[in-house]
Amino acid sequence: MSKLNANIPDGSLADKWTKHKAKIPLVSPANKRQIDVIVVGTGLAGSSAAASLAELGYNVKAFCFQDSPRRAHSIAAQGGINAAKNYQNDGDSTYRLFYDTIKGGDYRSREANVHRLAEVSASIIDQCVAQGVPFAREYGGLLDNRSFGGVQVSRTFYAKGQTGQQLLLGAYSALSRQVAKGRVELLSRHEMVELVKVDGKARGIIARNLVTGELERHSAHAVLLCTGGYGNVFYLSTNAMGSNVTAAWKAHRKGAYMANPCFTQIHPTCIPVSGDSQSKLTLMSESLRNDGRIWVPKNSEDAAAIRNGNLKPTELTEENRDYYLERRYPAFGNLVPRDVASRAAKERCDAGYGVNKTGEAVYLDFSSAIQRFGAEAALVQGVKNPNDDEIRKLGEKVVESKYGNLFQMYEKITAQNPYKTPMMIYPAVHYTMGGIWVDYNLMTTVPGLFALGEANFSDHGANRLGASALMQGLADGYFVAPYTVGTYLSEDITTGKISTNSPEFEEAENISRKRMEGFLNNKGSIPIEVFHRELGKIMWSQCGMARNAKDLKKGIADIRLLRDKFYADVKVPGKMNEMNPELDKAGRVADFLELGELMCIDALTREESCGGHFREEFQSKEGEAVRKDDEFAFVAAWEFAESDPGKSKLHKEELSFQDVKLNTRSYK
Amino acid sequence: MKFTINVWRQSGPKEKGGIATYKVNNISDDMSFLEMIDVLNEQLIIQDIEPVVFDHDCREGICGMCSMFINGEAHGPGRGVTTCQLHMREFQDGDTITIEPFRAKAFPIIKDLMVDRSAFDRIIQAGGYVSVNTSGNLPDANATPIEKQDADAAFDAATCIGCGACVATCKNASAMLFTSAKVSQLSLLPQGKIEASERVLNMVKQMDLEGFGNCTNTGACEVECPKGISIENIARMNRDYISASLSSK
Repeated sequence: MSKLNANIPDGSLADKWTKHKAKIPLVSPANKRQIDVIVVGTGLAGSSAAASLAELGYNVKAFCFQDSPRRAHSIAAQGGINAAKNYQNDGDSTYRLFYDTIKGGDYRSREANVHRLAEVSASIIDQCVAQGVPFAREYGGLLDNRSFGGVQVSRTFYAKGQTGQQLLLGAYSALSRQVAKGRVELLSRHEMVELVKVDGKARGIIARNLVTGELERHSAHAVLLCTGGYGNVFYLSTNAMGSNVTAAWKAHRKGAYMANPCFTQIHPTCIPVSGDSQSKLTLMSESLRNDGRIWVPKNSEDAAAIRNGNLKPTELTEENRDYYLERRYPAFGNLVPRDVASRAAKERCDAGYGVNKTGEAVYLDFSSAIQRFGAEAALVQGVKNPNDDEIRKLGEKVVESKYGNLFQMYEKITAQNPYKTPMMIYPAVHYTMGGIWVDYNLMTTVPGLFALGEANFSDHGANRLGASALMQGLADGYFVAPYTVGTYLSEDITTGKISTNSPEFEEAENISRKRMEGFLNNKGSIPIEVFHRELGKIMWSQCGMARNAKDLKKGIADIRLLRDKFYADVKVPGKMNEMNPELDKAGRVADFLELGELMCIDALTREESCGGHFREEFQSKEGEAVRKDDEFAFVAAWEFAESDPGKSKLHKEELSFQDVKLNTRSYK
Repeated sequence: MKFTINVWRQSGPKEKGGIATYKVNNISDDMSFLEMIDVLNEQLIIQDIEPVVFDHDCREGICGMCSMFINGEAHGPGRGVTTCQLHMREFQDGDTITIEPFRAKAFPIIKDLMVDRSAFDRIIQAGGYVSVNTSGNLPDANATPIEKQDADAAFDAATCIGCGACVATCKNASAMLFTSAKVSQLSLLPQGKIEASERVLNMVKQMDLEGFGNCTNTGACEVECPKGISIENIARMNRDYISASLSSK
């Protein structure tokens, strides 16, 4: 086990980034034209990085497995993006955003990175507005804000429930402008299947052209992985169907450490699972918790009656409802952080108060908000002595203007009208705080290989706050990587073009081809999907919202068995040199089968509860997470070894907190 | 529920395609349309038949990737939904369902139900942006107030997901709704006004080059658009186009 150096600049926390930027070596415009950069993934981090690097003058190749960069799953982010603008005059500041993020992450993130994130947050909003991103505005023409979980200010900028879409389309437009100028070569429907290292440095990738099936060699002086998270290891998650860990895992197998892989965010407000053939889960934005109140029946008989269909939630009086978040956490109420809200929902459902057929759902109720907004609207519009019906109608209109698309989405999926009856929600896998280990410059343990956005681990610790993923993706892509990648490239100005005819490229291509041929020639009989579903079940039950040593050990054993079965019995139809989505899926599931084991090992090693990682053995009498700062205030960075995730080697990056005192997180 | 599925099979861009018929059983009404296709595909794999290739990703109606023409309608029956948001409860037990790809000259078929919509990317590349570089020193986001009405209208136009239902449903395979949505979004905002003339001319030119048809105001695009993009945007684009064509620069 070695100690990892995060290359954090000296100086006070507030000055680190400014001083670092002022001192780092630059690359001249003429030299930039001689340097190639590969960006894998075109979500917020990838699109913004590719556009920004191209604007600077580098030759950029941007890869995405979808048919267009605009499809990347950042598009599905709903609620908003945080920035320390303090437009609302409610006491926000760079420091407070930094502090909230550190605390929200349960003191398991790196101070210097988080402070930088808070520093550049305001510039992101300026950048997006300049691009024509249509954020929500107030009648005076200025930008509107709302509040998110784990904070007591309103710093979240939003565009209805489609903020991710609008931000991604902004970054996509910036990227498109560079494509038109010939500064970015766009390779859609291409998937990275191998990282190529030459003399220890990342020098390119092998990509599969998903239309022709051909394996292609692409070289560059630096490779940026902006490939998102790995929540799909759980099979059911709010991720897109194609979201995968393959690029990151291939990099991991080539020497990039994976950090805190067990840190998974289970989002409290998702539409509950309805059946066995379900392929994905749908999020209902956290912004709904601004105005929705979460409850279950106070009496378990009422809950049973609701489950049997003998009682309607609207028939239950106030005194028979348990607004359990408001009860347990009066200071933050319905806006506690996600991990806290998720566990509280699980606790109530496990205790027998769940409200749908499966017993795994709680209510998210807008009736108070509709009343409140309706009364206010009646007053503003001068409606005299409005009756209940008029107030309701006016209130529903306000709710529609704020959350219309989410309510519509809910109704389409569940065939229930959330304006009239409370929504049913349950936690679901949403985001992965863990990811590829990076230093302060976002460089991985492989020189020349960078990781941005959700793909890296650095900013969210053990739990991410709402509306901070968009902030981090764009911070990394627009304002961090363009500087720090340049620093690395400043030593590469005399290298010249990287040849793809080297033995290293040859070998990487051969490995990829052999792996794919192995799948196609396998004489198995079971479709890939079956294995993925099975892996998901193992992960959810053994390494999900609550974990313990016994289950995790069982999980590891189960995954190893499943992996053996997969290689023996999987059936992959079709051929190599053609479009073959099943073959692509086989590769992705194979990587998930290795990652899943590492996640369990990581969760087993971390003998404490923090953020989204809740070990049942380490909790207070009230059921709150108990951290062990003396032993576990470190980043667990895993090195792949001996072709077996079970033999991964642990490296620690000790987290030192200069500015923040480690406290027990309290939202009471 | 049980269904008979007539689905377009075509092994490659230049091959001849045709309808194949399959049966699926044990479909629950809570399943989405794509989950029904998943069941069909698992069944085909076991029977040694190549699974049906189709585009899909987010499965929550926002990425714009799914693109099926179901019983003669883009994204099937139902308004304001993409194929992934269509649920089997919209169909009757025992129905025969016919699935074809989005058809347009500018959307060549890649395989089965998958089409190439990169023409949309090229239309955006022709001018669907504000020419602003990444910079830490732009004016403060609140420096230019924007009337709420304009901001909201720009947002409504900007919600286009680029799925191509408008093209698939238009008898002329016109991309006017798609193109006008981006033109409108940016021309409604002060940040986009500066380049508005060039933008509309270049984007329309690219749209024509890609082989999309002309608009004859049937309004079918608006009806089938899963995001309810209004044809007011087309009117706005026409106005911008004419004034840009007539102004001398």
